[in-house]
Amino acid sequence: MKRQANVRIKTLKIDGIDVGAREGETILELARENGIHIPTLCHLDGVSDWGGCRLCLIEIKGSNRLVPACMAQAEEGMEVFTKTPRLVTYRKMILDLLLSERNHVCAVCVSNGHCDLQSMAQELGNTHVGLPYLNPSLPVDATHPYFIMDHNRCILCQRCVRVCREIEGAQTKGAMGRGIEVRIIHDLNEPWGQSLTCTSCGKCVQVCPTGALLQRGKAVGEMVKRRDFLPYLQMMRED
Amino acid sequence: MGTTITIDPVTRIEGHSKITIQLDAAGQVTDARFHVTQFRGFEKLTEGRMFTEMPSLTARICGICPVSHLIASAKACDDLLAVQIPETAVDLRRILNLAQIAQSHALSFFHLSSADFVLGFDSDPAKRNIFGVAQAAPEIAKDGIALRKFGQQIIEILGGKRIHPTWVVPGGVNAPLTAEKRAQILAMIPDALNRARRSLDWYKGIFGTFDPEIRTFANFPSLFMGLVNDKGELEFYDGKVRIVDAKGKIVADGLDPHNYRDFIAEAVEPDSYLKSPYYKPWGYPDGMFRVGPLARLNIIDRCGTPVADEEWAEFRMLQRGAVLSSFQYHYARLVELIYCIERIEQLLNKPDILSDFVRAHARPNRPEGIGMSEAPRGTLLHHYKVNRNGLIQWVNMVIATGNNNLAMNKGVYQVARQFVRGNKIEEGMLNRVEAVIRTFDPCLSCSTHAVGQMPLEVNLLAPDGTVLHTVKR
Repeated sequence: MKRQANVRIKTLKIDGIDVGAREGETILELARENGIHIPTLCHLDGVSDWGGCRLCLIEIKGSNRLVPACMAQAEEGMEVFTKTPRLVTYRKMILDLLLSERNHVCAVCVSNGHCDLQSMAQELGNTHVGLPYLNPSLPVDATHPYFIMDHNRCILCQRCVRVCREIEGAQTKGAMGRGIEVRIIHDLNEPWGQSLTCTSCGKCVQVCPTGALLQRGKAVGEMVKRRDFLPYLQMMRED
Repeated sequence: MGTTITIDPVTRIEGHSKITIQLDAAGQVTDARFHVTQFRGFEKLTEGRMFTEMPSLTARICGICPVSHLIASAKACDDLLAVQIPETAVDLRRILNLAQIAQSHALSFFHLSSADFVLGFDSDPAKRNIFGVAQAAPEIAKDGIALRKFGQQIIEILGGKRIHPTWVVPGGVNAPLTAEKRAQILAMIPDALNRARRSLDWYKGIFGTFDPEIRTFANFPSLFMGLVNDKGELEFYDGKVRIVDAKGKIVADGLDPHNYRDFIAEAVEPDSYLKSPYYKPWGYPDGMFRVGPLARLNIIDRCGTPVADEEWAEFRMLQRGAVLSSFQYHYARLVELIYCIERIEQLLNKPDILSDFVRAHARPNRPEGIGMSEAPRGTLLHHYKVNRNGLIQWVNMVIATGNNNLAMNKGVYQVARQFVRGNKIEEGMLNRVEAVIRTFDPCLSCSTHAVGQMPLEVNLLAPDGTVLHTVKR
């Protein structure tokens, strides 16, 4: 991020620690700069934020409303709390909802051991899913010559949609439907292998937090995602 | 009107089942059936998944023998890829499979069945388990535990974990063997071989005292089926199917597993979730065949390792032709245990075993793939059909235990007729009915948690339905 010459610093508190923020900085960026950990799933360094997963919810003194740290801008005099009991409960509940909504079976997943959703469950201590599984019957799109999309493991974080639009510029991936019916689609809901816009760059596969997007031929536990390319690409483009 | 005795659940086996025994008015056994009461549905629930997940998905069928499913499934997937996998990968898969057979045989013989030999079929059921064996004959229990550990540790060293390792993948294995791991396994061989030989010697010393059981534990003519290699030796990983009759005469040889539907057909019984395969040319039920350790030792020309070959020759002296009593599955299991240990050593000493060329990569190049291998309990087959994108469309699995279903039913009937008498049930009688099932070491699902723990309730019902007598364990 390029720094402006005339920076006005705002002072505020996060979890009782005095911090200084630049103009336009989000609470999430500010917290990370100061070594304060806030859990996230849909956030990805290098693409825009959209506040989708709600895991980074924070409390701000004087307001009963919870706001996502990735979307909230730092303001002068704010008092922010990131780990209140209420937030901890909600985060665990969000994860329970994610895990019960589709078919996340770690033991037989290509991303077992390398999955952001799995790691988050470990981090937040979700040892069991407290809600009944919906067990939806969802398809696997294996029409692409190199990659596979397994909707059973998708958490709709839309990292793939954003990286495709903002970094690759292809806009192949998008989201269709509303609420629990939302699906990631290609072009106008074509099979991935028939998409005219997909460049087969594979960025979406590498940024996907779970085993929903994978390389063809990978067996269980073999899909290790490589995300180093994103900061490099961004740096090269800024120069 | 007769009465029905129900043994539900059957204990000291892997999985859930029950036995019903039908008595006539005079208290004579008129029928006995073995019912598998659990339903799994793997053939259906894997539809629509990527074929590359099949080894791990189907391994979940069983916690005792996940490796057997891994092997058969990976072979079916190799067949879909239509590639020849590197020889080192084949050898490494063989070692894993042999370790699996060793640990499963140890589990079956020592943990599940040895209590009947050490303490007797009529002994107190509260003590008739591996803990009772540990008290009465600690050396035998220790050997059993050490031999199972031997197999399980090799699986862990090679595959990363003991249960459901993910090392075996379509096209080979996903990591080569290191010199350190090889040395680690080789160091375990002498002790394991000692223990296995000592156990077999012990068994040979005591089995004579179980003559009534040997005569009636599924002791009847049947066909025997299994894989043999091109030299007619014991083969667990690859090879062709051989079938011999009760006289030990070869009925069919060199059968290609790909044509299994030409020689195996499956009957469905209304009272069991387990299908009943039979030898197709002989029809149902005459085509009843047995698989597993007893069958394998009956079909081969030799084992292929020095100690096992000697023991095999002695085993075949038990009877002219094929050894027919299923009681001797126990004997065969111990001979195979020795073979597995010797063969693992041979394979580890092959010059290319540390090669890092252990995986072939390809997309599915065939719409249909078949993999057959020998599991501890017998011949196992996985058969998949995929669409052009590699998504599973159809699955058929012929499971080792299923192959023995007809023989197990006949065995239950034979034992019940011999040992179950009159209108008062004695626990020892029923233990023998269960024990005949145990000789086959059926693997009905994936749990060891039931060892000696599950409650057994047998009700003897009068023709009008009133309970005459109850035995509870």
